[in-house]
Amino acid sequence: MTGQSFDRRRFLRGLGLGAAAIGGSQLLAACGGGSSGLSGSQGGGASSGASGSKPALNVWYHQYGEAGTQQAVMRYAKEYPNASVKVQWTPGDYTSKLNAGLLSTSGPDVFESGVNIDQVKSGQVVALDDIIAEAKSDYPAADIKSSTVDGKIYQVKMVDDMGVLYYRKSILDKAGVKPPTTIDELIAASKALTTKDQKGLFIGNDAGVTPSFGGGSLLGPVLYTVGSDYLTADNKPGFTSAAVKQSFAKMRELFVSNSILLGAPTDWWDPSSFTQGLAAMQWCGLWAMPGIQKALKDDFGVVAWPQFSSSVGKPSTFLGGWGAMVSAKSANVDAAKAYIKWLWIDNTKDQEDFNLSYGFHIPPRKSLAAQASKLQSGPAADALKIFNDHAVPGNPAWTPKMNNAYADAATAIVRKGGDIDANLAKAEKVVNAELTRLFG
Amino acid sequence: MSAPTLIAPAADTAPPRRRGRGRAAGVTGAFWLFVGPFLVGLVIFVYIPIVWSLVLSFSRAQNTVTPGDWIGLQNYLDLLRPGPFLDSLITFTIFAAFIVPLTFALSLGLALLLNGVRIMRAFFRSVYFLPTACSYVVASLVWKLSIFNGVRFGLANTILGWFGVDNIAWLATTSPPWYWLVIVTVRLWLQIGFYMILFLAGLQRISPELYEAAAVDGAKNAWQTFRYITFPQLRATSVAVLLLLLINAYQAFDEFFNLLGNSSFARPPLVYLYYTAQGNQDFGHGTAGAVILALLIMIVTLAQGRIFGFGKAE
Repeated sequence: MTGQSFDRRRFLRGLGLGAAAIGGSQLLAACGGGSSGLSGSQGGGASSGASGSKPALNVWYHQYGEAGTQQAVMRYAKEYPNASVKVQWTPGDYTSKLNAGLLSTSGPDVFESGVNIDQVKSGQVVALDDIIAEAKSDYPAADIKSSTVDGKIYQVKMVDDMGVLYYRKSILDKAGVKPPTTIDELIAASKALTTKDQKGLFIGNDAGVTPSFGGGSLLGPVLYTVGSDYLTADNKPGFTSAAVKQSFAKMRELFVSNSILLGAPTDWWDPSSFTQGLAAMQWCGLWAMPGIQKALKDDFGVVAWPQFSSSVGKPSTFLGGWGAMVSAKSANVDAAKAYIKWLWIDNTKDQEDFNLSYGFHIPPRKSLAAQASKLQSGPAADALKIFNDHAVPGNPAWTPKMNNAYADAATAIVRKGGDIDANLAKAEKVVNAELTRLFG
Repeated sequence: MSAPTLIAPAADTAPPRRRGRGRAAGVTGAFWLFVGPFLVGLVIFVYIPIVWSLVLSFSRAQNTVTPGDWIGLQNYLDLLRPGPFLDSLITFTIFAAFIVPLTFALSLGLALLLNGVRIMRAFFRSVYFLPTACSYVVASLVWKLSIFNGVRFGLANTILGWFGVDNIAWLATTSPPWYWLVIVTVRLWLQIGFYMILFLAGLQRISPELYEAAAVDGAKNAWQTFRYITFPQLRATSVAVLLLLLINAYQAFDEFFNLLGNSSFARPPLVYLYYTAQGNQDFGHGTAGAVILALLIMIVTLAQGRIFGFGKAE
């Protein structure tokens, strides 16, 4: 390396160009964002519990909206005698953080999520059949189905969630509108209930079809309403039938009816728009019911997402919720399993507390749901009945990539007025490629 | 590569002696003291990840960031077929077509105005620069929740309401595409001040003699002076601003992510790649897309440098 080739000025200019290309002006202006998204309390680590001391477990949760939930999970963690449990409570984009955490050894030992076939195939999660075996028959078949890949169970359900269509009794009565039982009735009711300052129906600021920040609430129900599902029983695309296409046409009709609420301050999963009178009906979760009861007393009722027409389809709701899972990268897999068994299988007292003392969820253990006093009367009892009769479980083989392709099609059709056949065909291609990747 | 070869040639002709070379050694030490930490950070957080991504992009990497399952150029071929990634490049092009000339013209205009102001110049300069210090996320939330929310108590709708206009759901309406208004205004508000400062610095470097000479030679009005003196003299600044604006537009993420989420109708490349890598856990395609984007930015940067001479002495 002789002389001349490299001088300081050129070197710095190279660095500067590199920095400009990466950081743009934000870097040059020496300011900008700067929120790391991490809570910083990673110390203590998951590795090597020193001999004699209890193992340390990192347990990750997303942020539940209801007041008191964070304190509750901290309390459960403290009560556990056999490990020192550290809770990480994550507001914002939990999925991305979790995905990154599962790739590293400093991620969670125990985390809440849903079962996803790629996590199983790439060995990121641990099967939990041994701890759930005794209690397996006490879980709804739908829960077991959505927790199972290749015959093994990968999560213990902590809460079961569902959606219901809330409606304001007084407003419907005044307008002479009955709670809708078909999609046509739903559209008619939404139009009839729309006034200058109030829309008929709220299904999300994304019109229920764009899955980010918890959106895309109707991607499932638009299929369920005609009796279809994302994937058929033998894992083929389930969203390309003529009935589904009609269902999408109706969704578009609803979107352009100028009767659904868009651009609200909070999204479909929060009841504020409904309780503040921005919309007369709202598709929202059962979790919001205590807040709605508090705001509206008994001036509301619930129904399932309507069936397509009196002769086609059936009423439906989604089976959602969260399950406790164990990371394969955990240094304490057995301790992590023991913790889940203690909290989410054996400890029925805390399960009932977590499911029903803050927001409303359905306790996954059937014996517990059947005797929970808060689910025995009023709209909560109606919701439990809808859940037992109509909840459609998720399929672990429906990957995020499939969902994104399908949601792109739904967004283009419903929000942009795109061609139904062409857009669904595009999604079908992606889904088929994914299915080939997974099942050959 | 030993350290001294990177430095001024004087340092590597002979081993440093006590006095005569002491100064050079001190300068070398100071150079590394100031550049070192920055360089280490750049290598660890920028260059190593870039190389890692490059390697990973030739691999099938579903739910893993460890390369190994080599598939050659397959990830690249998948992305370059008609599909969401190419659509997102089109989105970017539309966005850049709006935002680059608009920011350029407005920040230049502001700088000219400010340069002409005789009183309270520091105050105006600070006021216009201040939004640069605001985070994109915070600004996006303000735009989404208070200014352009879709219900009757949003600022824009309140004002339109005075004239009897119905509430508009700014971010949800696709025809006409009102969401572009929200996206473009938030970025303008955040960016203009910064580029205005760059232009201002450029303006203040133009020698007043040039204007005097132009006046003597008969330059009649403000437009002629601007056209023949000011704008040509700002060439270096203009090129830098254009380059930064274009790179910034390529890297649009925060406001799209926060305002529109994962909407197929307005999804710039980085948002698509974010959902591919972080959402789908498909790091192979994610990194391949990032490499394509980096290459695009590099080509544009180099081409621009070739054409306009970025960073050359004047």
